[in-house]
Amino acid sequence: MSALIEVCGVSRQFVVGRRLFAAKPVIRAVIDVDLTVRSGEVLGIVGESGSGKSTLGKMLLGLIAPDRGTIRIGGEDLIAIERRRLARLIQPVFQDPYSSLNPRKRVVAIVALPLAVLGIGSAKERRARATAMLERVGLPARYAEVYPSELSGGQRQRVAIARALIVGPKIVLLDEPTSALDVSVQSQILNLLLDLRDDLGLTYVFISHNLAVVEHVATRVAVMYLGRIVEAADREAIFANPRHPYTRALLDSVLTPEPGLGVPDTGLGLAFPNPLDPPPGCTFHPRCPESGPRCRIEVPRVLQEAGQVACHLYDGGTAA
Amino acid sequence: MPLLEVDGLTVDIATPRGVLHAVRDVSFRIERGETLCLVGESGCGKSMTAFALMGLLPQTASRSARRFRFEGEDLTRASPARLGALRGDRMAIVFQEPMTALNPAYTIGDQLAEVHRRHKGSTRHQARERAVELMEKVGITAAGKRLGQFPHQLSGGLRQRIMISMALMCGPALLIADEPTTALDVTTQAQILRLLVELQRDLGIAMLLITHDLGVVARTAHRVAVMYAGEIVESGTAAAVFALPRHPYTRGLMASIPVPGKTPPGARLGAIPGIVPSLIGDIRGCAFRERCAHATAVCTAPVAVRAEHDHDWRCVLEARPVAA
Repeated sequence: MSALIEVCGVSRQFVVGRRLFAAKPVIRAVIDVDLTVRSGEVLGIVGESGSGKSTLGKMLLGLIAPDRGTIRIGGEDLIAIERRRLARLIQPVFQDPYSSLNPRKRVVAIVALPLAVLGIGSAKERRARATAMLERVGLPARYAEVYPSELSGGQRQRVAIARALIVGPKIVLLDEPTSALDVSVQSQILNLLLDLRDDLGLTYVFISHNLAVVEHVATRVAVMYLGRIVEAADREAIFANPRHPYTRALLDSVLTPEPGLGVPDTGLGLAFPNPLDPPPGCTFHPRCPESGPRCRIEVPRVLQEAGQVACHLYDGGTAA
Repeated sequence: MPLLEVDGLTVDIATPRGVLHAVRDVSFRIERGETLCLVGESGCGKSMTAFALMGLLPQTASRSARRFRFEGEDLTRASPARLGALRGDRMAIVFQEPMTALNPAYTIGDQLAEVHRRHKGSTRHQARERAVELMEKVGITAAGKRLGQFPHQLSGGLRQRIMISMALMCGPALLIADEPTTALDVTTQAQILRLLVELQRDLGIAMLLITHDLGVVARTAHRVAVMYAGEIVESGTAAAVFALPRHPYTRGLMASIPVPGKTPPGARLGAIPGIVPSLIGDIRGCAFRERCAHATAVCTAPVAVRAEHDHDWRCVLEARPVAA
């Protein structure tokens, strides 16, 4: 299977705040990221807040340009793809269905809008397609004429999914699509997303901080920490045999609903790095239970073997 | 005698569309040193229950109870001033979002000291010493230096540790934690929960932990109460409720989360159809019946509580193990 998305050496930084005389503070949101997503895969991207996962997602959508590196979709450089054509390749679904839907438009108009923007069909045809798509995501025709405020969170997220799918994209970028929802609604949306992927042959990039959800939906997983991908591998491999100490800590932190086990000890310290002034060497070393002298000096290489991992433990050890 | 005994707690909120019955006839007790988890989805009344105990309800809300006893004192008709005196002293609360719960304009030290000075009448110096002692207890390094810092200078995990030390300043008998880790990253969540469990055990305080996360419940609770539409629909020891959930709502919740190592990846998850009913106006019978696959005509009548050992539930169904 060929690579549908290829991310090569992509970096992006943001200038935050202003200083009159000193250098402006810079956040390196995404650093040297390499990734490939094959057609039909579900790539889960996990990491904590500030790890750069949403910035990476926005770059895939063409909303933010990388400072360095290239992103190719279907073999074409993303910068060269005309915006309307890009919209038919990749579409987003965001976390908060309360702020991502226009409150003044009826649901059918929200879903039909991308077709109008792309100049597809007559107004009547667009409505018909939007109604059919709403039906497909589990919102019967009677919901077509209501406003978002009349819908529950789960129903709104269905509208957002219908709007993303109406132009027939190959890829859907799902940025925390169930994080704002109650658990019983989350399961309905996850079931729907998995059905749609099978039926429509979609490829997903699924950004989440919830590892149990990622394990459930993803076929491959990339773990981000302070802008870098520290580990990426197939789902089975990463959950059965996590290699990077941060991945292990993340997996240890998952609280399965099994009473009597207590709260796990992640072994992580309390040193929370300042993204404006990240630690030297491996940025995870202040929290890492296995760090050594080398980790404080040298940025680990990304090793491309059985997926990828960036840790000195697998590259000659942590001694200086 | 239990530390906290609540019987028939009701909270009604006046809204333009009528009276909203946010908490409906809720009864529970917490023993000294015990953790009770109140679990449910948004709008089920779990936070309102905590606010009612603390006397922190909005002005439009009214509270009543058949019985509300705390440390042997009858608080059923306690004045706002009496609850105010207990709040922060004998019972303390940790909120979900430490950034909004802390005052951005005051230093950490001032905010920690204020509680102690107010309730214990201590001097500024004594209160600061107590603050440093507790900050060290909750694992904050360089506590003395942190006293002069402002909330925005700290990470989310550190802010929540500050909130916890603030709650512990006066040595409360009851700690209410309302979604204390929901706004935090997963690794930090585990660290904070571990801290809460350790503190609770070491200091022998009772904890009312409010959460929507069944994983948090399973790992921290001695006892569990599941809330739906303002009511406790099931309660019991964590071991009993997780081993054999009796109420269809509890079973539905448990089936809807993917469990690593148990749920096959990509398999269909259980779902609860429909949406939560409106709590405005009269509510009769089981509030879950519209979404329940087992509902029958009897469910429209008031439902009695059934009990078996230390486990009770509000459903007419015969017990049936949760479908694997």
